[in-house]
Amino acid sequence: MTTASLEAPRAKKNRSAQGGSKPKDPWGSPAVYFIALVVVALTVAPVAYIVLGGFRDNSQITVDPAGFPSPWRPETYAHILQSSSFWHQFLNSTIAALFTAVLVIALGLSASYVLARYKFRGRGLMFGLFAAGLMFPITVAITPLFILLNNLHLTNSLIGVILPQVAFGLPTTIIILVPFLQAIPEEIEEAAAVDGCSRLRFYFKMVLPLSLPGVLTTGILTFVASWNSYLLPLFVLSDTNSFTLPLGVQQFRGVHGSDTAAVLAFTSLSMIPALLFFTAFERRIVGGLQGAVKG
Amino acid sequence: MSDTPQAPSALESSLDGNTTVMGGTNSVSPMTAVGRAPRQRTSWRERFEITLLSGPAILVFLAFVIAPVVAAFYYGFYRWKGFGPPTDFIGLHNYKVILTDPEFHRAVLHNFEILALSLLIQGPLAILLALLLNRKMRGRSVIRVLVFVPWVVSEVIAGTGLGLMLPVNGAINALLTNMHIFGDVKIQWLGPHMALWTLMAILTWKYLGFAIILLMAGLQNIPEELYEAASIDGASYWQQQRRITLPLLGPTIRIWAFLSIIGALQLFDLPWIVWGEFNVDRDGISTMATYMAHYGPRTGLYGYGNAVAVVLFIISMIVAVLYQRLVLSRDVDGAVTDGRKKR
Repeated sequence: MTTASLEAPRAKKNRSAQGGSKPKDPWGSPAVYFIALVVVALTVAPVAYIVLGGFRDNSQITVDPAGFPSPWRPETYAHILQSSSFWHQFLNSTIAALFTAVLVIALGLSASYVLARYKFRGRGLMFGLFAAGLMFPITVAITPLFILLNNLHLTNSLIGVILPQVAFGLPTTIIILVPFLQAIPEEIEEAAAVDGCSRLRFYFKMVLPLSLPGVLTTGILTFVASWNSYLLPLFVLSDTNSFTLPLGVQQFRGVHGSDTAAVLAFTSLSMIPALLFFTAFERRIVGGLQGAVKG
Repeated sequence: MSDTPQAPSALESSLDGNTTVMGGTNSVSPMTAVGRAPRQRTSWRERFEITLLSGPAILVFLAFVIAPVVAAFYYGFYRWKGFGPPTDFIGLHNYKVILTDPEFHRAVLHNFEILALSLLIQGPLAILLALLLNRKMRGRSVIRVLVFVPWVVSEVIAGTGLGLMLPVNGAINALLTNMHIFGDVKIQWLGPHMALWTLMAILTWKYLGFAIILLMAGLQNIPEELYEAASIDGASYWQQQRRITLPLLGPTIRIWAFLSIIGALQLFDLPWIVWGEFNVDRDGISTMATYMAHYGPRTGLYGYGNAVAVVLFIISMIVAVLYQRLVLSRDVDGAVTDGRKKR
């Protein structure tokens, strides 16, 4: 069993699934489509309620809570798109998510490289340390973490959100990336060494491009997780200027509680980036997780 | 790449602290790595590279994951309002209060109810849907993306939307009335009688997509040839799923169950947002984490909040270790707990 064969067939399989094979797929049986339709209706309904609700006005919502917009009222959306606080929170969320994703990949990929390609004393311990982190989401540490960040004067700053998110994102990242790095054939590394390429240069020139599928998967998962994260910002950010969108949604609901249409419009606008991001890369995520659940 | 079902997956072996990630040439178990070390001494240059590459990750991880957990144990012994360093040492008093507080007992009970129901409801549903979405048929990719939507939508957004739909005068009851289901009866979805089931419906809606993604990734690893061989032998679709898919998907299912268990024990956002801080206990869906958030820094009880965090940590760890020993050990020998026993 050579590790060499891993990368190529998987990449090929993904590509063929993405492009070529689609027109050839047969139609499924009507029963399957019926089940799928019911499931999709259930999964999408709450999201549709939020999006469509933003196009209704409050009297429409009160008279028939479950109805469609009639007439459509885009003003609410327009109003929120013109509010500076929405864009401010949007920017905060973007900064936090981007920096978290980039840092998680930078730190996680380097550590995974060491775990995958170096033989040294303490390697098992290092792996065990990160793997243990997998068992403990941020919830467990939130109270002491808040105290720590408070002592470091990082509360009310996006750095106070980014750094813990990076730390808690590392275990998943490493679990997903290590198999990708181990799949890079030893021969490539040896050849590079013969050509006078140092291991560090090899890391930047070869490892980075070869592990791209895994990097993309973890990057997207981290970005979406950060965009959506609530508990950590709830504890760390109390100044409205530093609010990210989830906190903004909660605050908006608190202030404009009676204006249901506006709450729904605000909510639906704040979910769009994560949704687009994920939809664009959905297939890559399944492909990238494959190594981690190799059964 | 071999597709032998026995090969431990990265995730599983990592859960076991075992470094044999894949059967490749590079997988060295901790035992052999240590055994080889004297012969193949790590050069100073390699040491430098290892430090340079893994140092930052380890530092950040120690500072923001390990240190807070350790600090929680320390703060938990104090009565402390968060001003200045903790000085009022009260030993195990905080823990006595937590463990005798009926409100905390209820929270723990809810956590375990949610845990059991999550596994029972989401497991079979996710397997069926993953099988369905794995069939090659037209429109599959659109269905896939739509099924994952709830998982991508944040808890706050889902919670806000559902919080507006579920009240007695909300969209759900209106929809049921419009469709003449249950006549004019308005159901109290959020009330104490229904809350747990409503929460389970919400959690299933929210997290089923993740289970499906994971299972679909696992399904892709099952070699096509097995099904071809089975259908030549005359096995029906369902026979194939029972005899081939389920056993080979076992490791992935067990990983999903592990993540689901941990998630259920740490559940916070959705009850907190849909029901609100002050309703979760009354409506019977408080969790250890909502209890912790309610009695932690937000109320100024820093020492007490940390003690709750410690209890939550210990309960999670006991469950995680038990699960590893009883369930995951079927997949990989040599868990963290008994690393000495080699296969």
